[in-house]
Amino acid sequence: MPAETATQTARLDAFERTYAAKQRTMRLQTLVVGVVLVVLAFASARMSEFTLDGLVSGLPDAWGYIASTFPSLHWATLGADLGAWYWAFPRWTELLAETVLMSFVGTVIGSVAALLLCFSASRNLIRSTPVYFLSRRLLELARTVPDTVYAMIFVFAFGIGPLPGVMAIAVHTTGALGKLFSEVNEDVDIRPLEGVKASGANWPTIMRLAVLPQVLPNFLSYVLLRFEYNVRSASVLGIVGAGGIGEELYLSIRQFDYTDISAIVLLIIIVVMMTDLTCEAIRHRVISKEALRFTS
Amino acid sequence: MSTVNVGDSNELGAWRAAHPELFARPLAERWRNRLVFLALLAVFLFGLWWIDATPARLLYGSQRLGFLIRLMLPPSDGGALGIYINALIETLAMAFLGTALSSVIAFPLGFLAARNIVPNFAVHFAFRRVLDVLRGIDILIWALIFVAAVGMGPFAGVLAIAVSDLPFLTKLYAEAIENVDRKPIEAVQAAGANRLLGIRLAVVPQVLPVIVSNMLYFFESNVRAAAILGIVGAGGIGLQLSQEILVNNWDQACFIIIMMLVAVGVIDFISRRIRAWIMGAR
Repeated sequence: MPAETATQTARLDAFERTYAAKQRTMRLQTLVVGVVLVVLAFASARMSEFTLDGLVSGLPDAWGYIASTFPSLHWATLGADLGAWYWAFPRWTELLAETVLMSFVGTVIGSVAALLLCFSASRNLIRSTPVYFLSRRLLELARTVPDTVYAMIFVFAFGIGPLPGVMAIAVHTTGALGKLFSEVNEDVDIRPLEGVKASGANWPTIMRLAVLPQVLPNFLSYVLLRFEYNVRSASVLGIVGAGGIGEELYLSIRQFDYTDISAIVLLIIIVVMMTDLTCEAIRHRVISKEALRFTS
Repeated sequence: MSTVNVGDSNELGAWRAAHPELFARPLAERWRNRLVFLALLAVFLFGLWWIDATPARLLYGSQRLGFLIRLMLPPSDGGALGIYINALIETLAMAFLGTALSSVIAFPLGFLAARNIVPNFAVHFAFRRVLDVLRGIDILIWALIFVAAVGMGPFAGVLAIAVSDLPFLTKLYAEAIENVDRKPIEAVQAAGANRLLGIRLAVVPQVLPVIVSNMLYFFESNVRAAAILGIVGAGGIGLQLSQEILVNNWDQACFIIIMMLVAVGVIDFISRRIRAWIMGAR
């Protein structure tokens, strides 16, 4: 009995020692990470001219600016006030429609391009390493350069207007969706592929008949998400002259047309939220239908 | 139940006759799909017409684009390498500080927006809708607003990044908090802890990896965003880029784009390593 207690005490001691050691390393790690983060934060604050004083005086300034863009609406003259606030409503609606149209066309072109490129960018579907490598790098280049930078380049080449905006959205969408699509492709069930291959199909036919039916619902879901994202980014491409509502917003800020700013931003928010809701509804429909098909 | 004679020479035909719905979608569904496709195609073609994508214009633009690419090569720093590096570091600093500020503020807000922490439906619902509204505003719009409010420079960029990330991070944090396992909370509370201690000891350890992982993702995406904020005067390398494009120094613009790509690549690599380390450490 005493011998057993002795071994128990020894084991307890050993446990306490390892526990204390583990705790020490954890604490040391947390300390080191904390110090590194604080040092980085201070260095960043220095580099970006960020000061607490600036923040304390800047935030009220920012709020003052935002508040100054609000219109003065009075209950007695509400109709006239709203009319004055949205004095250019037809023009803004047209520009917003153009913004949504730009993102639609850009998303369609980008999705088709991503669909064509994604199979050769999936490791499990392509044997040739150079083709795989090339597709991957192409997609990487298309998504790493920000769409605004593409827009600036295309505005110079194609002239001001929605065309360069659509092209910028299309290129960026190709890169982003191509990566997501190829990740979906890498999870496909391999058996249908072998089945179609065994019946003598060539590579494009295998992709069409064995891979596409498996991945299409996921692809559609990503395309809808991308469309939402593109509506948001299309709303600012006008700043560099690439069409849509952005240019109007930029001008109203530049010319200090305060109430126009809030009117346009509010319209953008409404359009973005409407697209989000619509896309979510479609996505749920598509997903629930697919779920039904698999269970029945 | 219809019976099918297995071994029939026309087996497939029999199956088709017995279960037509397995071989072809119903006519109504097929027509609806066709109509949806045609409608989308019509919108697409109208869009092409609206944006004036004529073959002549595309050809002319492509020629100019080829000309631009020839001008871009070889990329050259034009003797301004020091300025560019400084601007790039400024960009990284803006992204880091913006992400840090946003994460710190989003952390308590995430708890407020989580259904299981704040059970009051009205508070939770109103909070979520405010976040939805804020999410509709692109980072460049925030940058325009802050440049107008606090003046040009990286400070406006930091604020734009912090404010535009806030609704996204808060929503992600709230979702992570809503998905925690309840059992540790009950265990901690059974040991006599109060509500706050329950959150600290049972909720925070569960959500911390998700939060750190999201912070890293947002830092990556903010580096890309910070690189273009300079276009509207909010600091960073975007200012240099838009200036070089404005004066047609395409070789230098290309050099800056390559610098941005390298920086983004390095940041992605580092954050992938950190994420793997965190996931391994837990």
